[in-house]
Amino acid sequence: MSLVVMESLRRYYGTGNGGVTVKALDGIDLEIHPGEFVAIMGASGSGKTTLMNIMGCLDLPTEGKYYLEGIDVTTLDPDRIAEIRNSKIGFVFQSFNLLPRTTALENVELPLLYRRGSQSTRALRDQAKEALSRVGLADRMDHVPSQLSGGQQQRVAIARALVNRPSLILADEPTGNLDTEMSLEIMTLFQELHRGGITIVMVTHEPDIARFAQRKVVVRDGKILQDGPIPDPARAEEVLVRFREEHTL
Amino acid sequence: MKPTVLVKLSFRSIFRNRMRSLLTTLGIIIGVSSVIIMVAIGEGSQAQIRDTINSMGSNLLIVMPPRGRFDANRLTQKDAERIRTEATLVSAVSGTLRRSVTVVGGSGNWSTIVYGVEPDYQAIKQWELQEGEFISEQDVKGRRKIAVIGSTVAKNLFGGVTGVGETLRIGNAPFQVVGLLKSRGTNSMGQDLDDVVLVPLTTALVRLSRNNYLSTIEISAISEDKMTEAQAEVEGILRDSHRLADDKENDFEILNQSQIIEVASSTARILTILLACIAGVSLVVGGIGIMNIMLVSVTERTREIGVRLAVGARRKDILLQFLTESIVLSLLGGAIGILFSLGVVAGLGKFSPIRAIVNPLFILVSAGFAGSVGVFFGYYPARKASGLNPIEALRTE
Repeated sequence: MSLVVMESLRRYYGTGNGGVTVKALDGIDLEIHPGEFVAIMGASGSGKTTLMNIMGCLDLPTEGKYYLEGIDVTTLDPDRIAEIRNSKIGFVFQSFNLLPRTTALENVELPLLYRRGSQSTRALRDQAKEALSRVGLADRMDHVPSQLSGGQQQRVAIARALVNRPSLILADEPTGNLDTEMSLEIMTLFQELHRGGITIVMVTHEPDIARFAQRKVVVRDGKILQDGPIPDPARAEEVLVRFREEHTL
Repeated sequence: MKPTVLVKLSFRSIFRNRMRSLLTTLGIIIGVSSVIIMVAIGEGSQAQIRDTINSMGSNLLIVMPPRGRFDANRLTQKDAERIRTEATLVSAVSGTLRRSVTVVGGSGNWSTIVYGVEPDYQAIKQWELQEGEFISEQDVKGRRKIAVIGSTVAKNLFGGVTGVGETLRIGNAPFQVVGLLKSRGTNSMGQDLDDVVLVPLTTALVRLSRNNYLSTIEISAISEDKMTEAQAEVEGILRDSHRLADDKENDFEILNQSQIIEVASSTARILTILLACIAGVSLVVGGIGIMNIMLVSVTERTREIGVRLAVGARRKDILLQFLTESIVLSLLGGAIGILFSLGVVAGLGKFSPIRAIVNPLFILVSAGFAGSVGVFFGYYPARKASGLNPIEALRTE
């Protein structure tokens, strides 16, 4: 079964009565299967962020259908949509969006606090620790964001996205605020997670970053311009090794 | 989200901005403590009034000349006698004659009040004797020149001695002191209850009055709940005794102790309510302070709210988070206010003559009230937080 199915999806923004209607998305048909690593590319204003918001159930389409794991999201009430965001989707943002003055561990625990059904605090904590270890930050659990580097903060955010074992990780310009080395580290982590079977959809406008994905979807003016596999994706790990060799003399 | 988690979150956010939280709760602290202190002082003064009136006697009815018309006085010993024999709801009756006189004793003069009374007066006023005995039936019948004195009089007329057995002079007549009353101290109006000389009514009427009219007739009803009926009975007897026609007004007045208490304490109660309302205004102002800070907090934490919504918080979860925070904030203020006011009330009791009574139930009520201030003034900001659009919230700087 497809993980994401979008059928002639439209999202219009009205600019008031009688004003101009902005067509952020204008007929999107898209299908994503479990285990894919998709890069969505496009210039700013192309509609890629709107596409991302709808895919992440933060926004609803004006027209068309969106099925996530076969569930028609457009018909659900807000509480149920919140539950889907909680259990099926993990977000990674450009600006990390970690809670300030809150430890890495507690940041990762955040989605668990909103999970339906009760579980002991202890079990939740263990689950958060496991997610942090998975992104290589087992030794930084008690650090607050201001004590972590940008790359480390983004890894905490990825751990937070992973902690509820979602079906889909949505990353919006995940390397936008990072330098090249840290970006490569994050892409290495994404590729690792992808090899582990996790579905990743990443919005980016940098071709250098998109080349680490398996499939590239280009959006322009609210429509899909191009959609196809990336023939021979680069291995971030190797690029990172080469980059470090070049820069440590 | 679990309630425990919500409370933990609120405490964290409150302690993260310690100074701000303290200043915010200050309004609630002042509001709650002033309400409690005001009500405590109000209840204290009510109790004081009740005690003062109760010290006048037990289940007391006082028959007086009509108010403002002492010249119209027609109360006689015969009236007192008829009440004593005819009234069924009355346990003790005494006519009195009250005069301000200077009495002369062994070691000096003393201006005091002399009461001519009958033996029942002791029961009516619940006087106890320190020494000697009270005025008896024989004393009254024989118009004996004897006196029972209060401790203030004893001190001023006979120095350190009790005075029993000594002689004092009222006018020119010598009176033998046969009893010393147990000290009662002063009442809340500052009146010295021990500054009295009691003599037999008959003797007083002869020596201190130009006519045979009484100052008052004091009566004890048989019980507190029979006061009104007893009053009606006495009224009937006196009207009959004075041969008043049905269309004539009473030529006397009856004061009823429970009515006096009622009137006096209802005045105090109204004052208490008024003070509490004024103090309550400061509680409302405190609530507005909380609302203000919560609104600031929502704006400051817009991004946090966006993140929480993105990771699966329902609107309800956000609403509850901020509501819990404002409730915890105002309950903290309420708790500090209660402790503070208890301290003030204890201090008042120790270092001032003001009597203040804290009703434990009222502490619960004010804690509840502080909590509802939190709900009332926290709801709007919490509502605003939960209504945020996650996409825009995540985008704010």
